[in-house]
Amino acid sequence: MTLVLSLIIGLLFAAATYCLLRRNLMRVLLGILLLGHAVNLLLLSASDPLSRLPSILGKDGTPEFPETADPLPQALVLTAIVIGFGLSVFTLVLARSCFQQSPIDDVRDLGKEDRS
Amino acid sequence: MNDLLLISPILLPLLLLIGCLASSRHERRSSVISLVGTAVLLAACSVLLFKVSTHGTLTLAVGGWMPPFGIVLVADLLSVLMLWISALVGLVVLIYGINVGSAGTRPGHVYVLIQGLLLGVNGSFLTGDLFNLYVWFEVMLISSFILMVRERRKKQLAGGLTYVILNLLASAMFLCGAGMLYGKLGTLNLADMAVKLSSVGDPEFVNTTGALLFVAFAAKAGLFPFHFWLPASYHHAGPATSALFAGLLTKVGVYALLRIFTLVFTAENGFSSTLILYLSMATMLIGVLGAVAQYNVRRLLAFHIISQIGYMTAGLALGTHLALTAVVFYILHHIAVKSTLFLVGGVLEMKTGTADIRRHGGFYQSQPLLAFCFLVPAFSLGGIPPLSGFWAKLNLLQAGVQSGEWLFLAMALGVGILTLFSMVKIWNESFWKAQPSTSDGQPNTSDLPLARGKPYLAMLLLCALTLVFSLGGYFVFELSARAAANLADPTLYINAVMKGVTP
Amino acid sequence: MNSILLHIAARFLSWPLLIVSIWILYRGHNLPGGGFIGGLLAAAGFLLYDLSGHGRPDRGFFSLSPFFFLPLGLGLAVFSTLPGMLGAGTFMQGVWLPAFELPLLGSIHLGTPLIFDIGVWFAVIGFILLLNGTLAGEEPS
Repeated sequence: MTLVLSLIIGLLFAAATYCLLRRNLMRVLLGILLLGHAVNLLLLSASDPLSRLPSILGKDGTPEFPETADPLPQALVLTAIVIGFGLSVFTLVLARSCFQQSPIDDVRDLGKEDRS
Repeated sequence: MNDLLLISPILLPLLLLIGCLASSRHERRSSVISLVGTAVLLAACSVLLFKVSTHGTLTLAVGGWMPPFGIVLVADLLSVLMLWISALVGLVVLIYGINVGSAGTRPGHVYVLIQGLLLGVNGSFLTGDLFNLYVWFEVMLISSFILMVRERRKKQLAGGLTYVILNLLASAMFLCGAGMLYGKLGTLNLADMAVKLSSVGDPEFVNTTGALLFVAFAAKAGLFPFHFWLPASYHHAGPATSALFAGLLTKVGVYALLRIFTLVFTAENGFSSTLILYLSMATMLIGVLGAVAQYNVRRLLAFHIISQIGYMTAGLALGTHLALTAVVFYILHHIAVKSTLFLVGGVLEMKTGTADIRRHGGFYQSQPLLAFCFLVPAFSLGGIPPLSGFWAKLNLLQAGVQSGEWLFLAMALGVGILTLFSMVKIWNESFWKAQPSTSDGQPNTSDLPLARGKPYLAMLLLCALTLVFSLGGYFVFELSARAAANLADPTLYINAVMKGVTP
Repeated sequence: MNSILLHIAARFLSWPLLIVSIWILYRGHNLPGGGFIGGLLAAAGFLLYDLSGHGRPDRGFFSLSPFFFLPLGLGLAVFSTLPGMLGAGTFMQGVWLPAFELPLLGSIHLGTPLIFDIGVWFAVIGFILLLNGTLAGEEPS
């Protein structure tokens, strides 16, 4: 499970980096979205019960629910997903209205726009 | 009572945000709510400042969940100083007046966003929890994103897109760092993290996660080589908005660097900070060189922010008590000075209808008050005694001498001269030289109306603040020294947070 | 879009969605669910109602503006943080009423965290409606 998770995280990071390095604006935005997924999975992997004791201990100091994963990273991921959802929607709308004003497709034109 | 006081910097902007949201159909009403509310916020922060400076650090375990398990709010002297000055800048910007522009049927929504920005900024200053810091960062960023592209002009959108994409990348780095730290340490509480990290004994892990967080904060602060978004976007926002950004946004990044890299990632915990010093020096130089080449007034000032951020992080890299004192003083001075300059730049642009200083002129004669409002912060930024910038730089240089960083000294002095040079350039072009006439013989003064508000009152208030920092420098310096003592000795912070908790 | 099937179905689906969302909202304190998911469900019901051609894109089927839902939701959420400070507790500390029995519904447990969730529920509905109104190209009013 750990191996599969690591591989998927690595793959997502690689794909995100590849997209982010493109000149096409839409690809860059896709890269941002993929990066968000990669980071969320990375956060989730922090709850791996094999690496650490569960966070809920009973009165005698032993784990009360030894089979349960740490719930906190899941709460973090949930928060990150919600924030990421809002931000992605905003970025897409921004890109759309940018595109409507002048059909910029190449990220290098963003800089040119500024200097003109 | 202490609890209510401590959360008021978060609770008040939130309540104001709700109030402005409910009345956003009426621009007048929401502006009054915003203005009065922010004045109350400033008063609350002043009381908090007094309380913390006399009684020491205050903490609050949110929801009654004891640290290190719950989120904890920590108001130490540095946090409270930052809270106080950001409330002040917020108030001044609202006095200056915000051009609501053609905002459709909901002209009040700009005040909602400003309160959202203050909410995020204040939350970042108060929190003692790494993930909570991320959340406040995002609250601040989303408000700033929308403020940045509010008028939907073409250049604004292009600059805004750069800003958004780079900041989203930085946020992703932040989350990676936070996730890895949690995976290893099992805590998000900064104080607890500092304790646990010292026993990890794994420099690779410490340096990897430290570098991730460093990149995240450095991008927000505008440190080289993560600074590109700043001069691409700031000058496209409205004058008041850009002054708010210039004063607060990058400083939140610097604050986060100061907090995390004096508390969690310290040399004792195996983090190597040599790179920070060299990046800071590069930042100082690149920023000022960019400024020297510019003729767009607020873009020039935006490059200056970068250069000055370099001074602050250099002080962090030196890390001695004197250096940290200088950094705290530097941040306070810089917020006041930079916001004033952006406000003055905004007035120049509105009076002439152009941002190009080559087409300005004659303001010394026609607007002596404006010239005064420019001279005080510009000289202060250039480091002319006895203004606040001089004291800030003097102490930083002393710290450099103590640490024997001669390259840093040479760089700081050279950059200081270039800073003064570019300030003189604005002075010469906009204020000193005669007003240029356009080809048809008409002076190019377009009579653009100033945004509703009292711009001169706002600028004079900030000038007065700069003068207080300059002439009352000793008092402010003493406060900074006490705030820095808290930074230089992490055990003070850790004990304040973990008091009454047995590990 | 104008489909007679959707038009009629939406009328019968929107109400159940709203009721399910309230149930999800209530059970959310200890079970999967809560204000966010409940709010999304309710907003989905509203959107369905709108997509089938019943209302305006930025309104729910009560014909309420997102600028009604957003301040109400945020206000409730902020309000719920305060009662904890009245007693011995602190900011955001939960205050619960004693549980009581109701026929059909069983043991009912009310407290400030529930108010917070209701606030989130309203805010999420407002957010989704605003989003839909903006993306559908209508200036919300």
